[in-house]
Amino acid sequence: METRMLNVKINGRDYQVPEGTTILKAAREYAKIEVPTLCYLEGISEEGACAICVVEVKGARNLQRACLAKVGEGMEVWTNTSRVREARKLNIELLLANHPKDCFTCEKNQICDLRELAAELGVREVKFPRTRTEWLPFDDTSLSLVRDPNKCVLCRRCVNVCAKVQSVYAIDIAGRGSNSTVSTFLDEGLGNVECVNCGQCLLVCPTGAITERSEIPDVWKALGNPDKIVVVETAPAVRVAIGEEFGMPDGTQATGKMAAALRSLGFDKVFDTDFSADLTIMEEGFELIGRIKNGGTLPLITSCSPGWIKFAETFFPKVLDHVSSCKSPQQMFGTVTKTYWAEKMGIDPRKIVVVSIMPCTAKKFEKERPEMKTAFHHLQEKLGLKDEEAFNDVDYVLTTREAAQMIREAGIEFASLPDEDFDKPLGESTGAAVIFGATGGVMEAALRTAYEVITKKSLAKLDFEDVRGLEGIKSADVDIDGMTLKVAVANGLGNARVLMDQVQKGESPYHFIEIMCCPGGCLGGGGQPISHNPDIKKRRAEAIYREDAGKPIRKSHENPEVQEIYKDFLGEPNSEKAHHLLHTDYCDRSCK
Amino acid sequence: MIRNQLLVCAGGACITSGEKSVKDVLVDELKKNGIEDEVQVIETGCMGACDLGPIVVVYPEGTFYQKVTVKNAGLIVNEHLVKGRTVGELLYTEPASEKRARTSGDIPFYTRQVKRVLRNCGAIDPLSIEEYIARDGYFALGKALEMAPDEIIRILLDSGLRGRGGAGFPTGLKWKAAREAAGSPKYVVCNGDEGDPGAFMDRSVLEGDPHSIIEAMAIAGYAIGAEKGYVYVRAEYPLAIERFEYAIGKAREYGFLGRSILGTGFNFDIEIRIGAGAFVCGEETALLRSIEGKRGTPSVKPPFPAQSGLWNKPTLINNVETYANIPQIITNGAEWFRSVGSTKSPGTKVFALAGNVQNTGLVEVPMGTTLRELVFEIGGGIPGGKKFKAAQTGGPSGGVITAEYLDMPIDFDTVKEIGTIMGSGGLIVLDEDSCMVDVAKFYLGFTVDESCGKCTPCREGTRQMYHMMERICDGNGRDGDIERLSKLADVIKDTSLCGLGQSAPNPVLSTIRFYEDEYRAHIYEKKCPSHVCKHLLTYSITPDKCVGCTACARQCPVHAITGEVKKIHVIDQSKCTKCGSCYESCRFGAIRKE
Repeated sequence: METRMLNVKINGRDYQVPEGTTILKAAREYAKIEVPTLCYLEGISEEGACAICVVEVKGARNLQRACLAKVGEGMEVWTNTSRVREARKLNIELLLANHPKDCFTCEKNQICDLRELAAELGVREVKFPRTRTEWLPFDDTSLSLVRDPNKCVLCRRCVNVCAKVQSVYAIDIAGRGSNSTVSTFLDEGLGNVECVNCGQCLLVCPTGAITERSEIPDVWKALGNPDKIVVVETAPAVRVAIGEEFGMPDGTQATGKMAAALRSLGFDKVFDTDFSADLTIMEEGFELIGRIKNGGTLPLITSCSPGWIKFAETFFPKVLDHVSSCKSPQQMFGTVTKTYWAEKMGIDPRKIVVVSIMPCTAKKFEKERPEMKTAFHHLQEKLGLKDEEAFNDVDYVLTTREAAQMIREAGIEFASLPDEDFDKPLGESTGAAVIFGATGGVMEAALRTAYEVITKKSLAKLDFEDVRGLEGIKSADVDIDGMTLKVAVANGLGNARVLMDQVQKGESPYHFIEIMCCPGGCLGGGGQPISHNPDIKKRRAEAIYREDAGKPIRKSHENPEVQEIYKDFLGEPNSEKAHHLLHTDYCDRSCK
Repeated sequence: MIRNQLLVCAGGACITSGEKSVKDVLVDELKKNGIEDEVQVIETGCMGACDLGPIVVVYPEGTFYQKVTVKNAGLIVNEHLVKGRTVGELLYTEPASEKRARTSGDIPFYTRQVKRVLRNCGAIDPLSIEEYIARDGYFALGKALEMAPDEIIRILLDSGLRGRGGAGFPTGLKWKAAREAAGSPKYVVCNGDEGDPGAFMDRSVLEGDPHSIIEAMAIAGYAIGAEKGYVYVRAEYPLAIERFEYAIGKAREYGFLGRSILGTGFNFDIEIRIGAGAFVCGEETALLRSIEGKRGTPSVKPPFPAQSGLWNKPTLINNVETYANIPQIITNGAEWFRSVGSTKSPGTKVFALAGNVQNTGLVEVPMGTTLRELVFEIGGGIPGGKKFKAAQTGGPSGGVITAEYLDMPIDFDTVKEIGTIMGSGGLIVLDEDSCMVDVAKFYLGFTVDESCGKCTPCREGTRQMYHMMERICDGNGRDGDIERLSKLADVIKDTSLCGLGQSAPNPVLSTIRFYEDEYRAHIYEKKCPSHVCKHLLTYSITPDKCVGCTACARQCPVHAITGEVKKIHVIDQSKCTKCGSCYESCRFGAIRKE
């Protein structure tokens, strides 16, 4: 059916827009007029709560919310009358009246939507006093996120992203009127409820009400300690986003500059999580092959994404048998550094500090999981360590934003740095590891290796286009020497839920499923730079696939350092030692 | 063989003033006299004259006994029923003429009323479906089921019935939109989340005549093509919920609800949903979310519930009082309905009369009745010989009608013209001692508490307005406050998401419009002309009148009054907390309050 076109007059000019178009869309896309919004996120948060996008519609008694009101035939809209401007300004003032005035020290200082709106609308004074009588306590129960309800403007973007995109429903509005707050079940705090730590709420928060739990001071302290050997690892998605923090164009591949900057910060070794991503492919790829050959539980589901793991543990404990026992690349890296590398270099692992730079807030939670002390347990007997001397495999996790902040604090001119390489041996990686950063990447990397290992033939074409792209759920049939491998890829937990419902019911047609917690995969993670570019995920993905294409080696099993670690240390993929060091188990967190 | 019936009012007010014990005494006394088989005791819904309760009416003669207590209830049995002598002391005495009224027909409070919505309230046992049927109940349903749905909607449109929930939207148009909306299933919803302070007409109907609502909803279901109805009742109305639940059961038993009603193949059933104490759930979109089990917050209209309501399906939602009109319109026709009321607002309206007025309670009058008739003829005027100042209508969404409009016919449109609304029918009479700034502050405080908190202007704006009102009443008003209040009020009205926010500033705007001088006195002279705002009062002792009795000094809780016996006393203003106990205690009128 053809869409009817409607005539609309915006600020005196005529436009034609398809039926069903909102006034906001008509103004922005057809008339190229900016109508400011605060609470609106297309398709996700369409509440009409903030009352900033109001416009005048001829014949309407009240100002209309442009984000929700649809264009009607012959409608006459005015987006810029004094009535409109005054109302917007006054509503911003009302929000500012109770908002803390600590912009100087606020983490969101430079990227605060509320501050920007106030500036754009020309708010020069707040005529209203603070009416809230007390300051609300922070929610610092989470290992990943900190919420400051005092800075919350109740736009509900976080609530909607958590519910509609991630289907986690960890937060909602509690209380009434001016006492309403965003809260968790019984106000228990994010750390004590079903929150999976993905940080998507943080990305959409227009103010500084949600931030990551910063580990910057700890890392500075470690770097300043001459007794410590501080090793840094960087996740694949960080290199294609960190440039944004320094004014570089979206989708800049900043791998070399990032390595240089980290070295300038004083890290003793600049390694790459991509190394352990290749290792993950070896372990997970062989796990898949094993399960297929030996009639194991299928589909096998990837385990790299700690937000997804907590989601599965909370909502789908019955599918945990399907989840690969492989640790995530971050955790494999920590273990390998404190065992293999320490041994190789003759360093006391207790002196090593592993810092990982991640596009992710859930990684901060992951590193604290009690089972993530493998290196300690491995070495406890040998070194005669007491239980209380236990150390984590990974000591600190910084988000991409935190790493950028440290680089700024150090006065490093990121954009003008020369490109440098990672250190060896744990800095060697392949194109297969790089694409871990995009949804479908783990799947593609696994397919490259599985195909060649099973068929013992070389792949003619390395690019598995069917599993690339930002769609929520992708699936493909992959022919491996006459055997059809059915695979699916989901990004965003709402999409994961669809696939998991099938698995739980025993109706999943797939052999192998990749799940990434965040929309777009790690490149859209909660630890990434906050961007207002609607195409940002696409830009970062393009950079990731460019990085892959430019790599001399593009298959994990061909990584020479990975081959060496198996030869010298681990033996075979999925060997007993590999299982002991590189695999983990999960717990049921559901309400029973 | 029943020779007499005792109708005992079991409305909320009468129950709280001891109706249950009175009824027990009546039953006991009947037994003692051995006439329990001859006299039937029936508990009815609210009879309306709440300040006269507990009320007992003896039929067939209709003798109206008021303020019956456990002590004198026996007289009704022993004197009236056994000896045939009317109990004079329990009759109502008209204050003006000092005449005793024998029946409700002799009481002006009742004679000026036209009972349509409340026709069964106080007249039948709400738990008896037979009594409802005996009063032509379910006749309209039977009739409707023989009509084409469009014909029913045509009658409603012709009747001119407008929504009694407050906004006055033509009911027929709502039904038409719901009927024409695409989507299935459709739902019928009854809004019984009556929340305006002081309004209780919906409760009275639900408690006193539940079958009228069931019948109306079934007719609505048939007219729009729905098989399922929900009645949303606030949790604060346990008796209404109990009686309505019982009535639903009886209606099912009698085949007025359920499968193939009256053998026509039309299916319809009703479920009760209980609110959880939020005023905003009276707003229809919030109410629908609440029925769905979600947080009751409003959403932007359009889409209207008729297009996308419960679970995004077409939903017809009307208020209790609106539904209560439906069966009679179907039975008696549109012309009958239009025979009372005004042209644009036909029919009757139930008001909850309260405040500084002699007779309080529920009154049903034709639309277009003047405030003078309501307050002075039905309400019996202002107690204590005080002057009428204004009537507040529409609760926290409304405003005031002042003395100059006493003779204005009240309907949906006339009240709107002077800046207030009809609302659900709360009508609070204010006498000359009322401070209009304080009254506005009270209502604003209500909306501040009851705002759901979703949209900025309502959540933050009303709070700021309240803050300013508090400042003004506390003597900290500043030049420009009236303008600031008005400006903020305009933006709140203009940009709030739902009716609650859009109307929240009305009490302030309306009082500024008619009583700006009072605001100015508070702000500029730091005076409250009505001596209500405590912080603006000064208590002092008039030396000429003070006899030095020490009564005031002994009463003062903060020892602010000094003076020896038989000598003139003095109030230390720096210590005075303005509690007013000296004023109350002085027998010589020596304490001045200004």
